[in-house]
Amino acid sequence: MMVWFETLGRAMIDTLIAGLMVIVGVFPEALSAPFDYAFMQRALLTSILVGAICGLLSCFVVLKRWSLLGDAISHAVLPGVAIAYLLGWPFFIGAFLAGAVSALGIGALERHTRIKSDAAMGLMFTFAFALGVVIIGKIATNTHLMHILFGNVLGVQYPALMLTLFSGVVALMAVWIFYRPLVLYTFDPMQARALGFNTSVVHYGLILLLTLTIVASLETVGIILVVAMLITPGATAHLLTERLTTMMLLSVGTGVLSAVLGLYLSFQFDLASGGAIVLVATALFTVALLAAPRHGLVGRWWRRRQGPGTTTS
Amino acid sequence: MNDTTPHPAPAVEVHHVYAAYHGQPVLEDVDVDLPAGQWTAIIGPNGAGKSTLFRILLGVMKALRGRVRVLGEDPASQRRAGVMAYMAQQEAVEWDFPISVKDTVLTGRYGHMHGDAFWRRILPPRWCDPRHWAVVRQCLEAVNMLDHADRPIGALSGGQKKRVLLARALAQEARILLLDEPLAGVDAASEHLIMEVLDGERRSGHTVIMVTHDMESARRYADKVLLLNRRVVGMGIPEHMLVDEMLARTAAAGWMRSHEPMVEA
Repeated sequence: MMVWFETLGRAMIDTLIAGLMVIVGVFPEALSAPFDYAFMQRALLTSILVGAICGLLSCFVVLKRWSLLGDAISHAVLPGVAIAYLLGWPFFIGAFLAGAVSALGIGALERHTRIKSDAAMGLMFTFAFALGVVIIGKIATNTHLMHILFGNVLGVQYPALMLTLFSGVVALMAVWIFYRPLVLYTFDPMQARALGFNTSVVHYGLILLLTLTIVASLETVGIILVVAMLITPGATAHLLTERLTTMMLLSVGTGVLSAVLGLYLSFQFDLASGGAIVLVATALFTVALLAAPRHGLVGRWWRRRQGPGTTTS
Repeated sequence: MNDTTPHPAPAVEVHHVYAAYHGQPVLEDVDVDLPAGQWTAIIGPNGAGKSTLFRILLGVMKALRGRVRVLGEDPASQRRAGVMAYMAQQEAVEWDFPISVKDTVLTGRYGHMHGDAFWRRILPPRWCDPRHWAVVRQCLEAVNMLDHADRPIGALSGGQKKRVLLARALAQEARILLLDEPLAGVDAASEHLIMEVLDGERRSGHTVIMVTHDMESARRYADKVLLLNRRVVGMGIPEHMLVDEMLARTAAAGWMRSHEPMVEA
């Protein structure tokens, strides 16, 4: 069963990579040359997938004001990775469990004590992070720790790529099938409640999706920088549109574009890949911040200058 | 209006309900029935537990003691059956959300969409069954917002926002309308329109329950007034409730300790 699954996964990945290479082939030699290497082809596919999943989820994170929660879950994943390593489990199982447990812990602290949510999150994630750093310090090298913290997309192997692909498919299907409850819960939880939706299921479902996304992005951008990928694309798209579906498309586009450009730059100029990806994403955000039609700073300044003139005429 | 139609169960029964936020009591031994098919105004000072009552009905909050019934049944199953529509206070809604006026009103139909064909349910809401869009149109027309259907909700004025929230509640076609401060921060024209729409709902047999600070509209439109300040101060027709003595008693009820006798009207 497992073997069959793995063969299928490999075949799918190889097909996707072959498809990508056709697209890459269209570009001039200077741009496409790096992708002659097999590791760059894997890195490209991973980047695109991670950019897309993070972009999609980032809409919910931004609109639901869950940035800090995303930060918390991503840090909380670290001890899960370490413990899974100790027990010989696949790292993503440990990471997923740790993320989910800490999200539940935050919810419990917030609901049953007088601790407010930001303090509950800060407390949980620094604890989990510290635990992870201590365990990893005992069992692995600093390079290992650095890769988990900051990602190493150039070293992505098949198993990680399969996990990313699987997470991507799950996240996409979940958002597709549960679009209405997810959107309504994000927009107006009371209304969701009044309409008879089970909001706790939606709440924890969304948290699990977030955790899955973080785990899937672990090897690409790393624990620390995944938060940027969960905030920046959504924030960029929010500046550009007043429609949710458009926002999702723009956000996915921003995520993919920053991941691919970042990967290319990191290869060409020998930069840390996670950092390069996030810097490109931030650059795109800055462009949107300045030039967005309605909410852009330049447009606003221009309208303010024009404003008095048009009203008096 | 003739009142010959039998109402087997009250719209909302509240049985000896206690509720608290972080140990601070907000509802103490509230025991009252809100009649079905009538318009009830709930009046009381800030922090009197008016919204808390709604939160309990919506299942956002649990009563410490006591229980509530909606048309004789458990509120959770009634919510799933689409019996209650809720119009939130303006501050409770994320107006920055990238959504248009008509799509906002369409969210009021999400409960009804459970009954749609499976292939429609996996399509984006925009391609839902046309009958939902027909209802959305009707409701937007009722609140005079059809011209603004495609605008983002963030671009609306205060009165327009309220009217969109009302249209969304109407779109649920629920038998009970719960309205939290429907007139707060609203211009006179919108206020009149909102009250007339609600009056129409009430005439067609729906139950209207509104929390309000506005005595004037309560006097004019409501069938019953519930005076609430942590406890029930009085429940009856507006002429009996909205008099200086009762209102003064309502204002004072929050300061009194729990053992003083309450007046039943």
